[in-house]
Amino acid sequence: MTSPALAPARIALVGNPNSGKTALFNALTGARQKVANYAGVTVERKEGHLTTPAGRTLSILDLPGTYSLRARSPDEAVTRDAVLGRLAGEHEPDVLIAVADATNMRLMLRLVLELKQVGRPFVLALNMYDIAQRQGLRIDIEGLSRELGAPVVTTVATRKRGIEDLVAAADALVLDHENHANTWQEPTAAQIRAAHGEAQRIMRTYVKPAERPDTLTGKFDSVLLHPVAGLVILLTLLFVMFQAVFSWATPVADLIGEGFGQIGRLIALVVPEGLLRSFINDGIIAGVGGVLVFLPQILILFFFIILLEDTGYMARAAFLMDKVMGKAGLHGRAFLPLLSSFACAIPGIMATRVIDQKRDRLTTIMVAPLMTCSARIPVYTLIIGALIPQRNVWGWINLQGLVMFGLYAVGILSTLIVSAVIQRVFWRTGSEPFMMELPAYKLPDAGLVARQLWQRAMIFINRAGRIILPLMVIVWLLSTFPYPPEGATGPAIDYSFAGIIGHAIQPFLAPIGFNWEMSVALIPGMAAREVAVGTLGTIYAVGDAEGAGAHILQGILATQWSLATGLSFLAWYIFAPQCVATLGVVKRETGSWLWPTVMFSYMIALAYLASFVTFQSAKALGWG
Amino acid sequence: MARDIPPSMTTQQSLALGLLTPGRAGQIVRVDGALAGAGVLSADELERRLLELGFVEGARVEILHEGLFGHDPIAVRVDDMRVALRRREAQAIEVCFEDSKV
Repeated sequence: MTSPALAPARIALVGNPNSGKTALFNALTGARQKVANYAGVTVERKEGHLTTPAGRTLSILDLPGTYSLRARSPDEAVTRDAVLGRLAGEHEPDVLIAVADATNMRLMLRLVLELKQVGRPFVLALNMYDIAQRQGLRIDIEGLSRELGAPVVTTVATRKRGIEDLVAAADALVLDHENHANTWQEPTAAQIRAAHGEAQRIMRTYVKPAERPDTLTGKFDSVLLHPVAGLVILLTLLFVMFQAVFSWATPVADLIGEGFGQIGRLIALVVPEGLLRSFINDGIIAGVGGVLVFLPQILILFFFIILLEDTGYMARAAFLMDKVMGKAGLHGRAFLPLLSSFACAIPGIMATRVIDQKRDRLTTIMVAPLMTCSARIPVYTLIIGALIPQRNVWGWINLQGLVMFGLYAVGILSTLIVSAVIQRVFWRTGSEPFMMELPAYKLPDAGLVARQLWQRAMIFINRAGRIILPLMVIVWLLSTFPYPPEGATGPAIDYSFAGIIGHAIQPFLAPIGFNWEMSVALIPGMAAREVAVGTLGTIYAVGDAEGAGAHILQGILATQWSLATGLSFLAWYIFAPQCVATLGVVKRETGSWLWPTVMFSYMIALAYLASFVTFQSAKALGWG
Repeated sequence: MARDIPPSMTTQQSLALGLLTPGRAGQIVRVDGALAGAGVLSADELERRLLELGFVEGARVEILHEGLFGHDPIAVRVDDMRVALRRREAQAIEVCFEDSKV
């Protein structure tokens, strides 16, 4: 860094979606990359570093994919502003690398013509060049370079081919550093047409069309996009995915839970009984465990999502589900996050980043927790087992199963209705038109999948964890302090803040049929829905309410709760935002406390309303 | 592609892309956002988005697939790439079938 000629420089990658830009970024920077957010917006910022053979450090920014500098979404606005050097909190790039899919260059050439107007030096990387060669596509590299007035380099990012040349070309531009005046302004329709004509001329002059164009994609599509077969395949795939997230994750999550239990027992050996042990075990360890326990589900879900994205199938899934989601005012891309929320809203909400329109994404985030997540199951099972008789209706339908099904159905229906209301009433816009490229199918690259998976895990632990953990500790504080007085007979929680709050809010919950035991259980139940089961066990002095004690607890509830109360509690759990982790992740994904607050308020309101209607109708029916 | 065009239809005929059935192919003669009627986007914005995705006068298009419900959305080949969109927005694109060679 002593010679000014070796001063660090900034490079930004620009390209169409599906141009292999992320693979190229990965090939350039390897493990030296960092994912963060751009200042003030929730767009993901990926930056990496590399050192040139001469010793210059290049910082590489992977900008969101776009077809135009005329930004249509927050992601594309970041790309535009970064290219123009007017992004708040960012330095302007010294050199741009324009990444094109060598087999599908037309739209990128038009974007390159826009980039030229910006006046910043750029290199054009013709990526996936091996596929172009296999197809017999011939590109006059020198001619193209002369025409564009910029170096053109061929690359195969997944095989790390052409990377040295690309770095050398970019490095050379850093030295020359000849910025022209920026003449870019948002193109009109006529200007876009003119640029298309120009791109078309360049294509005709320098690119000889493929002799053996890709026919595989068309063949795959004739099955995968078939109106009936395509849907069957999609639903099968989703079923497998859902099963995997739901069942494969459980043993691992249990193992994590067990591991943290063991740590707790070890600590119990060392740390004497008392406040410190309780804080370490029930506050910190339970809190960290409560964050990590989501990791298996997140990893499995994102493994599938990354695979679907990288093969090109995700766009097809969106195509197939677009009409259905359209009814809820959303478009096809919202389907997968919502489906994932059946397992857990947290990976579901994280998965909404496949939706590029900001409002559609926000709506999907806001309704995701209405889908019946797996944490509700212990609560549902407990109450249904205690209060719904085990008998058949209409001869063959199990009544308990029917109630369970009803709870799921109400969850799905309310998701769709609330989403339609948000889209049509609050945004008053309806969803953005569904328009997307269906990229050619590709084999995913194992290394790239692994790296993206690792990044997802780190993002969750580092950022969501930082929000969730303190919230968990707060719930612990509320449930622990103050201590019960000497000689107290009731359960300790009854004397804590949680107990005090529970008793205080009980009058408000009386119209929905909640007794004080239930009101108290709601407070620690904020940590996670299933915690309410354990708390009810504690209050009713039943040990191991989630395991062997479950039947005893059900017996007690059956005698102490009326059917109307039980149904009301179930209705509450369909809607209530009983999960600080979800609220934490919404904060992280939207970048503000506004949205978690809105979510908490509307869900509480819906829960209260649903419970009120349920309780009062059940009472009127004589089930009180 | 030629099989979709009746032999009698050798003169120019143009239709909105949003009205075509899978298998039909032709060349874009006009892209005009106003043809799609009022929507979330202004006519000009819709037109520019379609242009940016490669729906430009002169481009060859072919309807490849359609959705199960209401035959919507549609998957369209545009020159050498594929794009999915709804029929509603596809109304803004006018396609002509010049002769059986198109």
